[in-house]
Amino acid sequence: MKDIFSYLYKVYKKRQVRTDGGVTEETAVNNSWRQLPIVQSFPFWGPPFILMGFFVYAAVTWNFALSLTEFSGFGDPDYSNLGLQNYATMIQDPTFWQATWHTVILLVVFTVACLIIGLALAILLDREIRYGNTFRTIYLLPFALSFIVTAQFWRWMYNVNDGIVNQFVGLVGLGPYNWLGDPRLVLGSVIFALVWQFSGYTMIIYLAALRSIPRDQYEAARIDGANTLRMYRRVIIPQLKPAMVSASVVLMLFALKAFDFLYAVFDGYRPRQGADILATMMMREGFNNSEWAYSSTIAITLFVLSLGVIAPYLYTEYKRGNL
Amino acid sequence: MSTKTSQSIYQQFQERVGLGQIGLYLALGGLLAFYLLPIQSGLVTSIKTSEALIATQPFAPPGPDGVTLEKWEFAFSTLSHGLVNSLLFTIPATILCAILGSLAAYGLTLVKWRGQVFVFVLFIAGIFIPYQAVVVPLTQLWSQYITLEAWFGLVLTARSATLIELIITHTAYGIPICTLLFRAQYKTMSWEMIEAAKLDGASTWKIYKRIVLPLSIPMFAVVFIFQFTQIWNEFLFSLTLIGSVSDPAASATLILSGLGEALEGTDYPLRMAGAFITALPTLVVYLLFADKFAKGVQV
Repeated sequence: MKDIFSYLYKVYKKRQVRTDGGVTEETAVNNSWRQLPIVQSFPFWGPPFILMGFFVYAAVTWNFALSLTEFSGFGDPDYSNLGLQNYATMIQDPTFWQATWHTVILLVVFTVACLIIGLALAILLDREIRYGNTFRTIYLLPFALSFIVTAQFWRWMYNVNDGIVNQFVGLVGLGPYNWLGDPRLVLGSVIFALVWQFSGYTMIIYLAALRSIPRDQYEAARIDGANTLRMYRRVIIPQLKPAMVSASVVLMLFALKAFDFLYAVFDGYRPRQGADILATMMMREGFNNSEWAYSSTIAITLFVLSLGVIAPYLYTEYKRGNL
Repeated sequence: MSTKTSQSIYQQFQERVGLGQIGLYLALGGLLAFYLLPIQSGLVTSIKTSEALIATQPFAPPGPDGVTLEKWEFAFSTLSHGLVNSLLFTIPATILCAILGSLAAYGLTLVKWRGQVFVFVLFIAGIFIPYQAVVVPLTQLWSQYITLEAWFGLVLTARSATLIELIITHTAYGIPICTLLFRAQYKTMSWEMIEAAKLDGASTWKIYKRIVLPLSIPMFAVVFIFQFTQIWNEFLFSLTLIGSVSDPAASATLILSGLGEALEGTDYPLRMAGAFITALPTLVVYLLFADKFAKGVQV
């Protein structure tokens, strides 16, 4: 044992001497791969990459393999007989198309609403305001809460008999409505609650972008005689495009995976009719119905949709040299 | 006389504040009410007796005889072990993914090599992965292939085995966002200082320990705040890896999702009290460090 250590120490010593002193041809070769930046940096990014890569990329690949099996119920998946039958079932499943349609509505309406409200909040707050930070903190507060928590609040807000929302619409002589029970209203109600939770996030993104615009551009626009509306439309908002793009990517990807809120608001895997999205359908097929292979198939669909959002974004960021 | 002064005060006020200012503050105040209303209504509801719940408006506080802390007590007794479990996996996972994220960002930023961007893109894409795309294999992995409880049954209880599973899982999926956050800072770091240290013969590890790590302490704070709230609030892994609300390893969010289900109808005051108890750690962290949280959101 001792010998090994002394040998290793000698080798180590030698290497140190070599780097300082003359370099023989052999050590030059030896050193060159050791000195390669990729080798030098591997101890730093390697372990996190392996852990993350296994849980993300290996798991997605595994999920794809599962989607090709007939795995359901208890027991183990059989990987010997793989086929695309689940995908065939999926495209003939009316529930799947309905869930896809709801996902699309959620994605579009939710993203657009968050972008508009977030922009309005950011423009309001982007000036000298007393307690400006307090306003900002409170607008962002819902975003810091768990969906399971906010879902409890909104169940109460949307309550048919005692809910605040029905009291509000009652003021103008409407309702009461069954916000979370009526198939025509339920998706809108869910979107409204999610916008409440996420608009603060968009505000923060816009606010950071607004604050990076030099003040003299506002002055210049004023001197040119532009009114406030015109100034924002012509000068300020065009410069917010990068912030808008990155916020929409985050919002759209969230819309694709929104599950927690729906689970908590409807007390389980089955959302009220009219609010079933792909994310909830996937979880229900797997963890409620034990149709694991079919569940994985929908999961792969969700993954591909997410890739469709994230890939163009990362590509343009790469082209711009932002990565 | 008095009308005159009040008029001039009003004029002064108008000059100083302006109608636009008043409108601005009205708008800001209205929005404040919009964002706080669901939370405020939940808070007053959580302390109402069943009689007060029927008698008062949902946003109004109950009268003195309509106040009860019974729901808070019951919610706390149901949630308390969930709160402990949540802390037990959230804190280690937060620390681990912050450290690993910092190391990864260093390896991908300050040591230059070709192909770096490609590896980094794989990290970034990991942020946006829908967890639905991994959750079925994940349950397979932890129930069929890596069975901590069976392997280390002598030292691990079922509860601690599940908690370790959650720590590893949350760490793995937290690494990408932490890497992104640290990399955003490391990219702006002074390149000359590191070159100088290199010329002095400092190793890559030494540069990290002596220069980069001390400079990243503010970013560590941001990452801790942000990741703590993210992991605490998370639900999908709790639901799928823990499995049942009655499991000894059940997290706070998991217990809250089924709070008072056995009772007849939904007990709203109980649900609200439970929601606040579950949200309390994140609420405290958020209100104390709102700036850091906002910074974590921005990247």
